[in-house]
Amino acid sequence: MIKVLNAGLYTTIQDFGRFGVQNYGIPYSGVMDKQSASFSNAILGNSLDLPVMEITMLGPKLQFETKTRICISGANISPKLNNKIISNNKSILVEAGDVLSFGKLKKGFRAYLSVQGGFKTENVLKSYSMYQNITLKSSVEKGDVLKIASFKDSVMLANASIKVADTYLETNKLEVAKGPEFDQLSEDQKKYLLSNTFSISKDNNRMAYQLNEVLENTLKPIITSLVKPGTVQLTPSGKLIVLMRDCQTTGGYPRVLQLSESSINILSQKYTGQIITFKTNIL
Amino acid sequence: MTYQLKYKPFGEQSVLIEWPQIISKEILKDVLSFKAKLEAEKRIHDVNHAYNSLLVSFNDFTNGLESKINELEAIYNTAHIVNKYAFKRWRIPVCYDTHFGIDLHELALTNNLSVDEVIRRHSTISYTVYFIGFLPGFLYLGGLDKTLYTPRKASPRLKIEKGAVAIGGGQTGIYPSESPGGWNIIGNSPINFFDIKAQTPCFANAGDEIQFYQVSKEIHSNIKTLVEAGVYQIESEVIND
Repeated sequence: MIKVLNAGLYTTIQDFGRFGVQNYGIPYSGVMDKQSASFSNAILGNSLDLPVMEITMLGPKLQFETKTRICISGANISPKLNNKIISNNKSILVEAGDVLSFGKLKKGFRAYLSVQGGFKTENVLKSYSMYQNITLKSSVEKGDVLKIASFKDSVMLANASIKVADTYLETNKLEVAKGPEFDQLSEDQKKYLLSNTFSISKDNNRMAYQLNEVLENTLKPIITSLVKPGTVQLTPSGKLIVLMRDCQTTGGYPRVLQLSESSINILSQKYTGQIITFKTNIL
Repeated sequence: MTYQLKYKPFGEQSVLIEWPQIISKEILKDVLSFKAKLEAEKRIHDVNHAYNSLLVSFNDFTNGLESKINELEAIYNTAHIVNKYAFKRWRIPVCYDTHFGIDLHELALTNNLSVDEVIRRHSTISYTVYFIGFLPGFLYLGGLDKTLYTPRKASPRLKIEKGAVAIGGGQTGIYPSESPGGWNIIGNSPINFFDIKAQTPCFANAGDEIQFYQVSKEIHSNIKTLVEAGVYQIESEVIND
């Protein structure tokens, strides 16, 4: 069990998401940065898709009520165990009573906390991912007591750590492919899209990242069609919206680009004001 | 009838299949028939549809797009699977009282109709369920009377009540949960369109029909009580066509 002393800015439990239920209009959800979440699970010897805690910018304060192993990957938010700084990407043994807290955000935007065997919170439609009106809780709150798998000591994991090249936390090139309506763009629009730099607006969350720059747009809305995480939509006002893991399943704006899976991970580590470019071999 | 379909890559593991850009029941039928065939395929991870498109995600994409398109075309051209699901027409109670229908007067005025005429035209049509999207349990319905087409509100409301029945442009729909929204609210239905605890979270399926009928505030409240107690049976009949 883990007691939540303080929830942080926006903390949720996520696995790789819900599949096969988009027919009901249910979003995919799941960890924003799959690569970092997978690292934190791998280091503990967990399956890569076990539920982890997704931590956004300001970390929570957590008290462990039972012994376990933990690992933190993704953003570096200066994690501390009993007020002593600990490292990311390292298997760390915690005892009952230990307190995990976070400090200053140093790199990235979202950190992942894994526990050995995974979190055992509410499972709805084969997923632990929290989402409003699907799970009872849409985020972790102060006072919550979160169930985790019971601890089985493993000598092998005692000093496990992986050298993680965390350059992906700082790159700003997003690899993209054509979206279904890309070919309807004019040559000028295509050039602008693929050579300009874009900045992330304050409207960025698990559903979507809106970009600040405006593209002159003459494309008409489309008959509502399917979208998915990584789809870049062009709105009538010329703003670009990059859909993320909690996005709706359908949309009516032209879909001009599609981010690669690894670019969704990269964008998940970005926040308001940061710069991105779209990189492609489609032209 | 078969259509000339377009196959486009959409993300690393998926193909988007597109029908002609028209909203029609014939296209919906073909989309659903292709979808049923795909759902029987083990190689396919996930398939979802909208008005005239299918999104197919594969477990394994190693052979590349061309080979996937060939596979999909072959499946499209196989004999039609007899659809075991019998499409239903659901009778959905709606209270059009202005207590709920906060935009009803304005909408009637905009369209040069009386309030009663708006209600009559809204509740005499059987709407086709094309797909579910936007919010969990939000049905995309086709068939709204053209005289009721009304532009979305210039600035969306931050909070629309669960069950709100609304018109936005050429579409009508029911908000399955509280949400922000820009459609014109003309009434409220006490029915649950999304129940995460039910075996299937949505009772209505694509291809079904929705028929609204007018109820008073009192009956709305009675039905709501039954719905909340989990004992309300929605009236339905099998569509024979």
